[in-house]
Amino acid sequence: MNAERPDAPPGDDRVTLGADEALRTRLIEATDEGAQELAPVDETSPVELAIEQGGVLRLPESETLDPDVADAAFGAGETMILNVGPQHPSTHGVLRMMVELQGETILRSKPVIGYLHTGMEKTGEGLTYVQGATNVTRMDYFSPLPNELVYSLAVEKLLGVEIPPRATWIRMLMCELNRISSHVMWAATNGMDLASTTMMIFGLRERDLVLQFFEKVTGLRMNHNYIRPGGVAADLPDGWEDDVEAVVDTVGARLRDYDNLLTRQPIFRERTEGVGVVSPELLLALSATGPILRAAGVPWDLRRSMPYLAYDEVDFDVIVGRAGDCFDRYAVRLNEVRESIRIVRQILDKMPSGDYRTQDKKVTPPPRARIDESMEALIHHFKLFTRGIEPPEGEVYVAVESPRGELGCYLVSDGSNRPMRMHIRAPSFVNLQSVPALLQGGLIADMIAILSSVDPVLGEVDR
Amino acid sequence: MAAPGPLATRVAQLAEVPFADSLGDEVYFPIRERYLEVAGALRRADFDSCSDLCAVDYLTHLARPLPDGVTPERFEVVVNLLSRREASRVRLRVMVPEHDPVCPSLFSVYPGSENMEREAYDLMGIRFAGHPDPSRILMPEDWEGHPLRRDYGMGRVPVQFKGAPGPR
Amino acid sequence: MPVWESWNGLESLRHNFLTGKLEDFVKWSRRSSMWPATFGLACCAIEMMAAGGAEYDMSRFGMEVFRSSPRQADLMIVAGRVSQKMAPVLRQVYDQMVEPKWVISMGVCASTGGMFNNYAIVQGVDELVPVDVYAPGCPPSPNTLLHAILTLHEKVRTGEILRRRAASGSGAGVDLAAAPGWTPPLATPVHLGTPR
Repeated sequence: MNAERPDAPPGDDRVTLGADEALRTRLIEATDEGAQELAPVDETSPVELAIEQGGVLRLPESETLDPDVADAAFGAGETMILNVGPQHPSTHGVLRMMVELQGETILRSKPVIGYLHTGMEKTGEGLTYVQGATNVTRMDYFSPLPNELVYSLAVEKLLGVEIPPRATWIRMLMCELNRISSHVMWAATNGMDLASTTMMIFGLRERDLVLQFFEKVTGLRMNHNYIRPGGVAADLPDGWEDDVEAVVDTVGARLRDYDNLLTRQPIFRERTEGVGVVSPELLLALSATGPILRAAGVPWDLRRSMPYLAYDEVDFDVIVGRAGDCFDRYAVRLNEVRESIRIVRQILDKMPSGDYRTQDKKVTPPPRARIDESMEALIHHFKLFTRGIEPPEGEVYVAVESPRGELGCYLVSDGSNRPMRMHIRAPSFVNLQSVPALLQGGLIADMIAILSSVDPVLGEVDR
Repeated sequence: MAAPGPLATRVAQLAEVPFADSLGDEVYFPIRERYLEVAGALRRADFDSCSDLCAVDYLTHLARPLPDGVTPERFEVVVNLLSRREASRVRLRVMVPEHDPVCPSLFSVYPGSENMEREAYDLMGIRFAGHPDPSRILMPEDWEGHPLRRDYGMGRVPVQFKGAPGPR
Repeated sequence: MPVWESWNGLESLRHNFLTGKLEDFVKWSRRSSMWPATFGLACCAIEMMAAGGAEYDMSRFGMEVFRSSPRQADLMIVAGRVSQKMAPVLRQVYDQMVEPKWVISMGVCASTGGMFNNYAIVQGVDELVPVDVYAPGCPPSPNTLLHAILTLHEKVRTGEILRRRAASGSGAGVDLAAAPGWTPPLATPVHLGTPR
């Protein structure tokens, strides 16, 4: 029973908003029949439009078309709820869409997630801070290094350690190369979804170049566990400048292939221009970040607006689109690859020398050679890999710009060697809320193009 | 009571809300009953985007450092808001007691909190009053229990020859 | 002398035939165009896609066509961690595949649950479907996946598959031992040298 609204039906325990009359009267609870009239659309703010428009299908997940009635003829006004199940041709992971169709037009939709839920936040509570990067890196598997970066930055903020400049610049180099490989891989899967298998081959080819460099530096092609609290795991190998230069020169030249194949191609343009447009105000209200927000015209990039690492010391442009359609999202990402190449070239010039991790022995292990010589080094090594780091009590939120948007880490420490709570704010999880608005009113054939342009990575959506 | 936070000069509703500085972040502790009012006021003060909403279970660490005037409870709903114009963030921490794990839903102020609140319900068991679709989002719909709570086991399967015992 | 001037039936066609046992041809065709189903789940899926790309090229084994419909697929490469919510979907897709079908468990998460020993992940996909080859790695590089695929091809070539299915009772239900005149293949181990 709702004490504040005694005439509410049983089970309706919505609370009212309290003293704020103006806000309360314009909310959806007040738009029952017989109560307030709706304000005209142009006088309604995007927040209220998002609530009123009802692009989201709010039904339980089991309510899809019963196969036994699938052959029933559908009249002109009837709608059908179609399930695009977790296993489907689109290459974007185990995302399930429930779509309400009237003919071929999508009325409402609902992304159903959870098919890749791994309990990583719970696992993170069971791992020490030294082990934590191995867990976090597997969330967004297209770009593992920003995951490790945000976790390490959060731990370092709790600890209050300064990391040396070379470590900062190495982190920046690796994250920008990862942005290149992620966007190029996105272009590959996007092309594949729009039936351009050549694009898939091109994108995989470029991604492989970057991954070979990563294997040289970190030992692994993916899920590197390289950026750790205190710095990075190992220094860049000799000859890295030539390798990086070869990578960016090759990728930069091959972007011309993408332009020839897709950007100027009429079929691609017809399939992506004007498809999946929504206003930037609605995207902001739905907390969208990253290329989908920038393609709608909002110049918000954490690297420029709230710089971390050394992004305020390098020169790059924030790419902003105009129409906010699928083509703009593609163009934004492709141009971000060019900007990342520009940043990487500047890092090649400006990379400082020095330590690649902090010298604070309570945070990073001593060099292996010293363990034979010094008892203290042996003890530090032992304690670090058994007990680990113990940051003081506190809570912190740190965010970086991953290729998908704002990737944040909210870390709560209770003074022990394991996090009390590790929450990762995954950009794709939040961007998926915009999908019903993007799909509404479009055709079912556009659904794959729009989903692909939002670039969800289900590993970080489900964690 | 402790001094009000820096935003209280701009946002009147924050005048009596306890404030803490957490490693450079501004953190406010509104009570549940005033939570939406404070959030609405911050939204009108240019904090146009809700970056993150999550729930934290302090079962094993109830005696955490809190400013004066804040009664510690088992659960907290933590909201990170972002102001693009100022390029600044503010954090709200709302105490939610164990015996009554209900919190008003932020959906009416920030629609972008919908999925985040569903996740907090699914994994932590906090019900959000006024949420348009209060159902599980990550676990199967018929799952019992809230896995991220500190008293919910990890669910480890014993592995042969693993010498060291797990953390729990 | 032109063929049509002295047509002597089959003896005139000297170089245009291959002969062999039917069983060998069947196994050759099965392993030369074993089409995988799209069942990429997590990080391993990306390495699986890379194995299909130009650098590692599964196409030389006839496998670059990933069929989204399980009815048209022969091989299910479970690439990634299987969560509790995904487990019934996995079983349903496996059941929809038509015999003969094979399963490669790619990566440690699919093989044993990997580093995620918790409430959310099924500890090994062999709790749900019978697995033929396990490929370890986190993620296994495309080379490892190709090695696993070639191991599977070798198992198909030597007929290991038929023996295992008959013993476990799964599979098409063909009972070879009951067929007259059938001798079981030699119990030699599978040597992975140069694949045929």
